[in-house]
Amino acid sequence: MENLFIPNPKEAESIHILREVAAQFERPVLLFSGGKDSITLVRLAQKAFFPAKIPFPLLHVDTGHNFPETIEFRDSLVKELGLELIVRNVQDSIDQGKVREERGRYASRNTLQTTTLLDAIEEFKFDACIGGARRDEEKARAKERVFSVRDDFGQWDEKNQRPELFDMLNGKIHVGQNVRCFPISNWTELDVWEYIRTENIAIPSIYFAHKREVFFRDGMIWTANEHVFREAHEEVVEKMVRFRTVGDMTCTAAVLSEAVSLDDVVSEIRLSTISERGARIDDKRSEAAMETRKKVGYF
Amino acid sequence: MDIQGRKLIKIATAGSVDDGKSTLIGRLLYDTNSLTTDKIEAIERNSRQRGYDYLDFSLATDGLVAEREQGITIDVAHIYFNTDKTNFIVADTPGHVEYTRNMVTGASTSQVAVILIDARKGVIEQTYRHFFISNLLRISHVVVAINKMDLVDYSEDVFLKIKSDFDALVEKSNFNEEQITFIPVSALKGENVTRKSEHMPWYLGNTLLDHLEILEPEDLQESSVARFPVQYVIRPKTEAFHDFRGFSGKLYGHSLKVGDEVTVLPSGNRSKIKGIQFFDQQIDLVAPGSSVTITLEDEVDCSRGDMIVRAGEEPSSEKAISATLCQVNSKALKVGGKYILQHGVNRVLAKVDQIESRIHTDFTGTEEADQLRLNDIGRVHFRLSKPIHFDSYQNSKSNGAFILIDEGSYDTVSVGFIE
Repeated sequence: MENLFIPNPKEAESIHILREVAAQFERPVLLFSGGKDSITLVRLAQKAFFPAKIPFPLLHVDTGHNFPETIEFRDSLVKELGLELIVRNVQDSIDQGKVREERGRYASRNTLQTTTLLDAIEEFKFDACIGGARRDEEKARAKERVFSVRDDFGQWDEKNQRPELFDMLNGKIHVGQNVRCFPISNWTELDVWEYIRTENIAIPSIYFAHKREVFFRDGMIWTANEHVFREAHEEVVEKMVRFRTVGDMTCTAAVLSEAVSLDDVVSEIRLSTISERGARIDDKRSEAAMETRKKVGYF
Repeated sequence: MDIQGRKLIKIATAGSVDDGKSTLIGRLLYDTNSLTTDKIEAIERNSRQRGYDYLDFSLATDGLVAEREQGITIDVAHIYFNTDKTNFIVADTPGHVEYTRNMVTGASTSQVAVILIDARKGVIEQTYRHFFISNLLRISHVVVAINKMDLVDYSEDVFLKIKSDFDALVEKSNFNEEQITFIPVSALKGENVTRKSEHMPWYLGNTLLDHLEILEPEDLQESSVARFPVQYVIRPKTEAFHDFRGFSGKLYGHSLKVGDEVTVLPSGNRSKIKGIQFFDQQIDLVAPGSSVTITLEDEVDCSRGDMIVRAGEEPSSEKAISATLCQVNSKALKVGGKYILQHGVNRVLAKVDQIESRIHTDFTGTEEADQLRLNDIGRVHFRLSKPIHFDSYQNSKSNGAFILIDEGSYDTVSVGFIE
């Protein structure tokens, strides 16, 4: 009896895109944040090139305000899979006077990452940056292409995007340009979680419910930590929480949760009523926040 | 099938400005619980700010700042929702007159087209364009959603009149295999979108969502021959896989199995499939749509851009091709122009030999032309630097379409459908 292999269409599409990146570009890099989306990308890349190794390095732009659990996870994954990891630090960009640290109540290094990323692209002459962005995350992302051409300044011109027809990807670029490539564009948050569960992919512990010192502000739950600005009257309490995205401590809010296993997390996501980016403080600054940041080269 | 056994259905939408397309999509999202609390809050806030006494669901999908200011959608947006049985991807394409390009783009990745008609306006010139494009793209399943039925007193006569006008369009078209379904809806009030309308007892068919859910992706398959364009050659050069040389790519059209006699193009060399691999799994028989890696019995010459097909099912190989072309860039296509032609993952150089005709902007006939401007559709003859291995678009969507890339800007300037 022959065993018929039936594909998961979204997985097949992502693998197709990753192979196009490897074939069309000379120096691709996978932008790795330690979050679930970039971890999923690593698994897809393993599948795309097996039995060969993943033919590009990972780049982590470290704000210095990452959750320590994420960094530990990153290092063990890289070691286990024998990957090449490049780390560039926002602190260095600050020390070099290229960017200035934000101050005050909503201070975050999230937007500062852009400068460090663009410098790394220039330093290593990367022509393709693979990212885990998904179109369902945010309205402005819904129109992002799978291959998104950026100019020398990393800028995104939403009015002048190349149309993408069928599954033909056009990665032709001029010297100085680079392309942001999004293999899981068409996945939803639930798709990612179900995939992680089915594939039994390891993820950082902060995605699961744990006890943490937090405080409440603007209806969101913030991590109480030296990196996060807190007013004297904002009281620290211990709560069972987990994170739905893994950004910086300064811009990632927690949610109250009892979900301690992948099964729990998937059921929680199915029932959840706050979208993932609803817990990203950086998007709340204004309705058009994401679009404005993307135009200047944010990932 | 996804991991949970849900099927995936890809839908393109088309409608004119103010047909209520964004509202319809917003309604589908809202009724399937795909809008999260924070998104609903944002919609409520924005609706209030604008002084509406209803929820403006169109705000759920209108993405870019420029669009919000103008109040119209200007590009292709992708929207996701799912029910227990089905995963849906909607390519929301605008219906404004200048945006033929966007509908062609959205329709190219879709299996189903939903064409919106404003019940008060009936079949208009735009409707004909939308139907023409879904025909050009060979979308086999078309849903005509007649919207704003609440504004015509849910009248069956209005519905029947529009249906018969649309049927007259179908009569004139040259593509007869498509299935067309008419559904009267009110996106604003939620009638016949996901909930059966009490106001239209005369309509006995399914709601829009029920109708989309019963479609089977297998029935929307586009070809019956296997095409395996090689994307990437995998050579691990490790001790464990010292001699491994795998050809990776995505399979289209038909299954392939271990032992199949194959031809490798362009060399024409014959071999047999030795193994089919997906990650660490060995597969005997692989369904189309899979991204896999194939190994062959013999050491044959094969690299990116080549194609593996079953012996006896070889596609056409030509250096001169004719195609229907849609111009998707503001730079016009002219006779003598040279381009990079990308056919699947293969690239050759192409020169425009002749522009035979251009379709009238109202899509009713053809005229002579010496160039194709943005949104023009015409019939063009090309000469190529090397032969490509193609099927007609009619027989294989994946192997019958190509894009043209401008040699200077590297922009994607046209999409072609080979005859």
